[in-house]
Amino acid sequence: MRMLKFLLQKEFRQVFRNPSVLRLIFVMPVIQLLILPWAADYEVKNIRLAIVDNDHSEYSRQFISKVTASGYFQLDQYANSYKTALQEIEKDKADIIVQIPVHFEKDLVKESKAPLFLAVNAINGVKATLGAAYLQAIVQDFNNDVREEWIQLPKFSPQTTIEITSSNWFNPLMEYKYFMVPGILVLLVTMVGSFLAALNIVKEKEIGTIEQINVTPVKKYHFILGKLIPFWVLGLLILTIGLLIAFVTYGIKPAGSFLTIYVFAGVYLLAVLGLGLLVSTYCNTQQQAMLISFFLMMIFILLGGLYTPIESMPVWAQWITKFNPVTYFIRVMREVVLKGSGLVDILPSIGIIFLFGLVLNSWAVINYRKRG
Amino acid sequence: MKQFISFVKKEFHHILRDRQTFFILLGMPLVQIIIFGFALTNEIKNANFVVLDGANDAASQQLISEISASRFFSFNKNIYSYKEIENAFQRDEAKIAIVFPPAFASDLQHLNKAQVQIIADAADPNTATTLTNYLSAIIRDYQKRLTQNVDLPYTINVEQRMLYNPQLKGAYNFVPGVMAMVLMLVCTMMTAITIVREKERGTMEVMLVSPVQPLKIIIAKAVPYLLLSIFNIISILLLSVYVLEVPIKGNLILLMGEGILFIITCLSFGLLISNVTDSQQTAMFISLIGMFLPTIMLSGFMFPIENMPLPLRIISNIVPAKWFYTIVKSVMIKGLGLKFIWKETLILLGMTLLLLGLTLKNFKIRLA
Repeated sequence: MRMLKFLLQKEFRQVFRNPSVLRLIFVMPVIQLLILPWAADYEVKNIRLAIVDNDHSEYSRQFISKVTASGYFQLDQYANSYKTALQEIEKDKADIIVQIPVHFEKDLVKESKAPLFLAVNAINGVKATLGAAYLQAIVQDFNNDVREEWIQLPKFSPQTTIEITSSNWFNPLMEYKYFMVPGILVLLVTMVGSFLAALNIVKEKEIGTIEQINVTPVKKYHFILGKLIPFWVLGLLILTIGLLIAFVTYGIKPAGSFLTIYVFAGVYLLAVLGLGLLVSTYCNTQQQAMLISFFLMMIFILLGGLYTPIESMPVWAQWITKFNPVTYFIRVMREVVLKGSGLVDILPSIGIIFLFGLVLNSWAVINYRKRG
Repeated sequence: MKQFISFVKKEFHHILRDRQTFFILLGMPLVQIIIFGFALTNEIKNANFVVLDGANDAASQQLISEISASRFFSFNKNIYSYKEIENAFQRDEAKIAIVFPPAFASDLQHLNKAQVQIIADAADPNTATTLTNYLSAIIRDYQKRLTQNVDLPYTINVEQRMLYNPQLKGAYNFVPGVMAMVLMLVCTMMTAITIVREKERGTMEVMLVSPVQPLKIIIAKAVPYLLLSIFNIISILLLSVYVLEVPIKGNLILLMGEGILFIITCLSFGLLISNVTDSQQTAMFISLIGMFLPTIMLSGFMFPIENMPLPLRIISNIVPAKWFYTIVKSVMIKGLGLKFIWKETLILLGMTLLLLGLTLKNFKIRLA
């Protein structure tokens, strides 16, 4: 026990004397939490339109003003021809071309139907689909207006209609930040945990100070515990800073209890630190350790469901996410922060993460040899 | 020249002997392309839904079976109260709930009008919007069939074309981004760290007293990473063409040229970092904050730039990856020529020269 106390003292001193690590701990969360939620806004809005109006009629003007008034679309320019409009797309100045053909109004009134052309820049498939869907909805709406103008609908409508009302729970303002910030917090805790722990041990290897520890009577698990505890504390510290920033800048207050978050984070950090330790036992240089942690982190984070929903991944990728601790933490964070889930709801996740922690840490202890 | 070549050789030995690192450097683009190409899509499939069926009649059953049959939704379970909807959302068992009022079918028959309520779990706003849209479309389809396909008068027929990427594959968006990310990692971070490592270990001192010009030592450090990166570009392109089936529409030579220009930009940044730092951890930290995060956040490949607030949009202009991303997208996917991207190319070139200038200015022959 006394031995552990001294080791801890040493580790804490090392951490607090190294300015670059301290910066990593305090600057990273601030920068990431201040910038990322603003950048990570997937909401599809500000879709830029190039409009080719060959009709110049009352209807085409009405339609255009209806589109631009909707709030989703911005008018980039009125193009003279489809070709000039396409150039706008090539230059990345417009996203959708709306072409209103000649005699649009006349055809609509006389022939009872008229075509309308949309050409969508589909390099970003999501944006293209949603943008086109919004535009189609506006066309429908406009179409109904036109019909109402020409047909007197009887009060007792002969046409069957199903009225759809929709509501959004947990995030009625549809604020994307509420969704992203809890996920970004997870990212921070994970990066600090695994990177710092791995680099820390490998640095001792690289400098050679690990030899000095190896010749002392310090036990394997003493050494590993001595490395684990300081970073465990730091991880929770970062989480606290992150939660504070989330509250101060975005007004995000967990709907669930803080206790639930901290209990899960505590267990989770054990698993992540275990991963860091394991990486460090396999590496000899900081460069290797960094690259491997980076590689693993990248896979974990991309497949963690932070940016894209897990349900839409193929089956093999969904299997990987089952072995990805980041997935569990992101899900738990979102559930607790947005939906107010309690300890009971997340109990299975805690169990799984605990198992991860156990396996990773024992693997690391077994693999750590006291020989150079 | 001979000295220079032997220095380059030495660097190659460094890289080749460290098997782990070497394989990760080569394997990284492979894994990234596969993950980005196959696993990451925003397209939503098989979203679970729960049904609160107050009617439980022919019409509601019909509608439920049609929703279950679509590839976007899969039926989770029937529930019997609003409270249970909340529970299902909290446990993540369902993303969306459909509520039928009592007497749904009879309302449809007798009043020609019935109501359906959709409740979405909006914790993820985008998924919620998309699912609500899909579900409404299915219900409208069903309604259309009820009215026996009567052609409505005064109809605007929308003809819609998806340019460049008619199958709406995510890969079209990701391949150029992955390219920027991998190059940044290999060139900037790895170069900075190898040089700083020699400083940290003291071997830099040894090399600086050798008769080779210091500048040549530094360039020799960068050469292997240049070659490695070119190899990475080629492997990314091969993978994207043959595995992801994203064709290269534009000029291959132009694309490679732009790639090499970007590699040099990244290398200069790596050299600059190595000049101003003397510990590996600091070098890593600066590369992460200064290069990697901005690349992911502000280049436009993960997050749409046009949605960002003005200050971020302005900052995004000094991120080299943003310009490279635009260039690759234009050449590779839209098939445009140099005429359309000369501005971006010039900006990238200017940044490279600036970075190289700063590097040379900060270059010290003596260590502290």
